[in-house]
Amino acid sequence: MWNLLQIELFKIFKKPRTYLAFAIIAAFIFLIQLGLLVNGKDWMKFMLGSLDETMNIDYSKLVNGYAVCFFVLNLLLVHVPILVALVAGDVVSGEASMGTLRLLAAKPVSRTQIILAKYLATAVYVFALLLWIAVISLVISIAVFGENDLVVAKTNGLQLIEANDVLWRYFFAFGFAFIAMMVVAAISLLLSVMSENSIGPIVATVGIIIVCTLISEMEIPIYQKYIKPYLFTTYMLGWKGFFYIGSTEDGETIKGSIQYLPGIIKSMAALMVYIVALVSAAVFIFRKKDILS
Amino acid sequence: MQRIILLLLLFQFSLFAQAQDINVLVQKVKDKINLVNDYEANGRMKTNVVFLKVPVATVKLFFKKPNRLRIKNEKGISFVPKGAVNINMSNVLSSGKYSVLDAGNDKVGSRAVKVVKLLPEDDNADVVLSTLYIDPVNQVILKTKTTTRDNGTYELEMSYGKYIAYGLPDKITFSFNTKDYKMPKGVTFDFEDGSQKKTAAEKEKLKNQKGKMEIFINGYIINKGIADGVFN
Amino acid sequence: MPAIIKVNNLSKQFKEINAVDDLSFTVEQGDVYGFLGQNGAGKSTTIRMLLTLIKPSGGEISIFDKNLSTHRSDILKQVGAVIEKPDLYKYLSAYDNLAIFAKMSGIKADKKLLMEQLKMVGLDERAGSKVKTFSQGMKQRLGIAVALVHNPQLIILDEPTNGLDPQGIADMRNLILHLSRELGKTIVVSSHLLSEIELVANRMIIIHKGKKIVEGKVAELLDPSKSLVQLETVDNVAAREKLLQTNWAASLQNNTVKLQLKMNKEDVPALIATLVTMQVQVLSVDPMHSLEDYFLSLTTQPGHVESFAN
Repeated sequence: MWNLLQIELFKIFKKPRTYLAFAIIAAFIFLIQLGLLVNGKDWMKFMLGSLDETMNIDYSKLVNGYAVCFFVLNLLLVHVPILVALVAGDVVSGEASMGTLRLLAAKPVSRTQIILAKYLATAVYVFALLLWIAVISLVISIAVFGENDLVVAKTNGLQLIEANDVLWRYFFAFGFAFIAMMVVAAISLLLSVMSENSIGPIVATVGIIIVCTLISEMEIPIYQKYIKPYLFTTYMLGWKGFFYIGSTEDGETIKGSIQYLPGIIKSMAALMVYIVALVSAAVFIFRKKDILS
Repeated sequence: MQRIILLLLLFQFSLFAQAQDINVLVQKVKDKINLVNDYEANGRMKTNVVFLKVPVATVKLFFKKPNRLRIKNEKGISFVPKGAVNINMSNVLSSGKYSVLDAGNDKVGSRAVKVVKLLPEDDNADVVLSTLYIDPVNQVILKTKTTTRDNGTYELEMSYGKYIAYGLPDKITFSFNTKDYKMPKGVTFDFEDGSQKKTAAEKEKLKNQKGKMEIFINGYIINKGIADGVFN
Repeated sequence: MPAIIKVNNLSKQFKEINAVDDLSFTVEQGDVYGFLGQNGAGKSTTIRMLLTLIKPSGGEISIFDKNLSTHRSDILKQVGAVIEKPDLYKYLSAYDNLAIFAKMSGIKADKKLLMEQLKMVGLDERAGSKVKTFSQGMKQRLGIAVALVHNPQLIILDEPTNGLDPQGIADMRNLILHLSRELGKTIVVSSHLLSEIELVANRMIIIHKGKKIVEGKVAELLDPSKSLVQLETVDNVAAREKLLQTNWAASLQNNTVKLQLKMNKEDVPALIATLVTMQVQVLSVDPMHSLEDYFLSLTTQPGHVESFAN
């Protein structure tokens, strides 16, 4: 299995397409960082417009590395599934269309092992992608913008997380994002197993995410009640929960706390169930599949 | 008839005497405050605003005559209410001309206080009316209520300790009106966290509301001079 | 010779189509076994079933005396294959491709071994070049290297000369003979061209529409001196009885009600003379096509096949 994983990783990381995702992310984050470096204060002012009338706010402190990273993640993580699909959607179908799948499947390794190795290799890719995002959006942002308290804007108010209470939240948020992205990878894998070309699964994965996100966000009661609880997209943004700090009755934040931990755990569990179900389905289908390509 | 006149005179005299008393008291309070040219103080600020969730912040207060005050969070970020400059009494008492009215006696907590109303003579002044609750024994202000043209009504409550001689409080509670909290659409970072949806009543809570800020001061450095740069 | 591959009653249905229909055959150790059939006859489906790429709908396959479905991994360790086009990872170098498949076959391949393997197929100079820069022939040779890198006992080559130029075809032929004669490998090679099979195989099978037409030694099946001659007499049963008493008994095909003899065409007059002396009333003597003729006719006149099947 370790051998297989090494081989799959080798294949993924020798493919030029893989690095496309890293380049896109770097370009995207640098653009945001540059924008915030130039106009960050104005942007913060715009965001906190209504508050500016009652409060004196030190905007230069608000635009700090943690805040920049938070902003980046909010914009970026929604789009990372596309980059995940780009690689995960290709792992089986790409080989089918290239013709190497028949060589692979005629080797003395079980099909289950092949699929699991491919999924694990995808996991390493996703991990590397998130690590890359973390390094650029967090480490570089902190280096450029400095460290300070993180102000998180929600529709029902602002909350401030002290600088020394932030880093661990990013750690867990990235961990959560990893699980969320692995659901996307599992969808892509399943579609990839069923397809003979790599464009199909990639487009289909993105399509599924878009449709599910739309249904998740539509405020139509029947969808809200009967469909939404079962959609994975409902749980994908759970990483934000780590930045919702707990507070006392009179609004004083409690350091090191999370406002709604059960919600996050539930989201995580739901995503895990998705992963297990989707990967099992992929294994099942791949085991039964006649390789005709 | 004469009796009536005498009575009226007496009454007038007493009114005058009362006004005299009040003016004297206000002047004494003012004198005390005027002892302080500048100060720097360390404090802890606790904010209680319905749409803000913030930790207790370590702050520094800087004051310089006549009316410059700055609350600074040296390390992190703090939201300081705009009207907070009025926690410095000299701002209330020294700026502009006003007429002093005696509004009788009252109690703040268990303390008997004199209630004084200040009416600015300048019709365009932001402050429309200030009510001071003055402890006549210690000659310090325990509470104020100020109605402004633009920033609503705010209240101050002060308790004193070591620095009572300078009229500088150990604890200040500042109550103020907050505007509606609203975010431009699409910039908030919400997600479905499984918690209950906000009810209409809860949403209403976010509208015009009283906010409260408490500052606990551990120590003052008085009249040692402060660079003007601090207030920029 | 012990059997390397034993296939019994193998069948595969794709929806309504019987791609492989009740197929049985045996490949013996040291064979170069030709798998002949026109395109779509079921060759590829059968070969893919041998390699576990396709699950049979029925029947059994055993290789090295082990059941393929229960000893898949053990068996495949000893099998090397080139399946149709030699598709490899285009974005990887020849060396990397070879290394990957060596590893997947469960062997520890060091650089020396891999380079030797590349040298054998004449690609050692291009070891570091990406496969996408290779010609069809080079890809084919790399495909062979991949199939052989783990030193398998059984080598399965599905249409190995497809898309090759004449030189490539000749090289392939020499390679197959080399593997068989010098290294003693058992080889299954499929083709839709009889001429190719003829030159390398010692035994062969012809399949058509998923069914076996004939299986046997190439030398016998393709003996140009042997034609099938069909007799029609007034009483075929009596004629058979009589022929069995003569020297022709050996040539007499022991199958249907039809009276067929495998014999040299030039001997037909002697046969007729014999029949006449035995007072057999001959209605017609019909020298039929050779196996080669039959095979060639498969594409145009599928009706002729049945006569050989019987």
